[in-house]
Amino acid sequence: MFDLYSKKVMKYFMHPKNIGVIKDADGVGTVGNPRCGDVMKLYIKIGRRPILKSRVKSLKSKAEEYIKDIKVQTLGCGAAIASSSVLTEMVKGKSLSDALRLSNKEVAKELGGLPPIKLHCSVLAEEGLKKAIDDYKKKKQN
Amino acid sequence: MKKIYMDYAATSPIKPEVLAAMKPYFSQKFGNSSSIHSFGREARAAIDKARTQVAKFLNCLPEEIIFTSGGTESDNLAIRGIIKTLKHSNIKTKPHIITSAFEHHAILHTCQDLEKQGLAEVTYVRPDREGIISVEDVKKAIKPNTVLVSIMYVNNEIGTVQPVGDIGEMIRRWAIDASKIRNRDYSLMSNVYFHTDAVQAIEYFDCDVRKLGVDMLSLSAHKFGGPKGMGALYVKIGTPIASIQTGGAQESNHRAGTENVAGIVGLGKAISLINASTRQRLTKLRDYFINKIQKNIPDVILNGSKKFRSPNNVNFSFLGAEGESILLNLDLLGIAASSGSACASGSLAPSHVLSAIGCMPGESHSAVRFTLGEKTSKQEIDYVVKNLVNIIKKLRKMSPYFHK
Repeated sequence: MFDLYSKKVMKYFMHPKNIGVIKDADGVGTVGNPRCGDVMKLYIKIGRRPILKSRVKSLKSKAEEYIKDIKVQTLGCGAAIASSSVLTEMVKGKSLSDALRLSNKEVAKELGGLPPIKLHCSVLAEEGLKKAIDDYKKKKQN
Repeated sequence: MKKIYMDYAATSPIKPEVLAAMKPYFSQKFGNSSSIHSFGREARAAIDKARTQVAKFLNCLPEEIIFTSGGTESDNLAIRGIIKTLKHSNIKTKPHIITSAFEHHAILHTCQDLEKQGLAEVTYVRPDREGIISVEDVKKAIKPNTVLVSIMYVNNEIGTVQPVGDIGEMIRRWAIDASKIRNRDYSLMSNVYFHTDAVQAIEYFDCDVRKLGVDMLSLSAHKFGGPKGMGALYVKIGTPIASIQTGGAQESNHRAGTENVAGIVGLGKAISLINASTRQRLTKLRDYFINKIQKNIPDVILNGSKKFRSPNNVNFSFLGAEGESILLNLDLLGIAASSGSACASGSLAPSHVLSAIGCMPGESHSAVRFTLGEKTSKQEIDYVVKNLVNIIKKLRKMSPYFHK
């Protein structure tokens, strides 16, 4: 029906996951600008958990920080809504270090591909997550 | 799923009478009108009849009509054709064109192209916040080297109606003003010519070229129930215009190429079917639609003057929701509309029309255009508004800005 977007993009567009706010978020990241028309605001809640035995050998600490909860608010086109939503699903429950490694290319791949002109939406989602994590790290320092 | 079409400004379905009139000219009466034999003469007669139909509608002579492949070609011919006739070896200054900042891209990009090639300088007059071009502003922009003014009759995005008749009158008075005659750069041309892109105006407004005072006028068949790929340019006798498509001698040497006979027949038939009753009916529906949106959805902005507006145009900004998302949601329900948002345009820049009237990015990106037509009914509008209320609520809830 809508050839511009893949079935998966449309699925996330029609039924986006993890939309909303986290009132006592540990980190918040807002990206995008009104000029290009897409804005995303990501909220993350960080938890600590023990690291799995198989990974303990090479690591000094026995606990890691991970994304316990994540929510997003998006003002934007179909690709923006789908990218931001699928990103939250991809990183929820991941360790911070794993989450930071997530690239926009993986987001686009998870969506079954995006039209070239819409790739910047997946970039925006990746930037939003990084900004939220940065915000958390800054707050932790203070 | 029932489909509701509200994008008539983009294109309209061909009328059954038009299709019927065109049909014989594909396989039966298929001659080339330049041929001397009976097949050719048959085609020539059909073209002559259509030319007379268009001339009658515009109140001009048949020989003042050039058939083209559409509004875009007509616009290109009008602007490039005038500039091309200037004798480059003799001219003292670059010719000057005045147009508006919110013209259709067929005008804007053509002017920009001429600027880039160093063939003309252009002034882009800005409309006011209501989307209307001021006659005074056009007058102030006229210089000794101005050769052409091109102002659209009805804007395609926001439907606002420009004072074309008044601009024509102003140019006529300006031209006979003694002081202006003295200062004129006669190495260019003796007159300032006036063109209007009437593509969105033909169906609903008086296009009598004598009343408008225009030297050239563009129109496009597929906007008023005719076939796509077909248009015309009215060129007043005496207007110095060169052809931009060279080859054979068709269209009195103004536009080479074997004529699209079936298309021409369709254009003539479609224009002869236009009547004033649709205008009244649609104006009522348009106002009903506008009021219903304003009543049921908070924080919306009607883009463009309500008073000087095409009977079929409803263009609103829905703050806090984005244009393409709104369109996608509407499309999932079988409703067709259009948007000036960057995301929906394929260019990542907001609508130049909305920017020209001073819209903030948030207003441009949330703008949706509904244009009504023949099949539009009150029931369709009710259905659209009902669903629009829910769509806007849903999108606003998802966005980071819109929370009270």
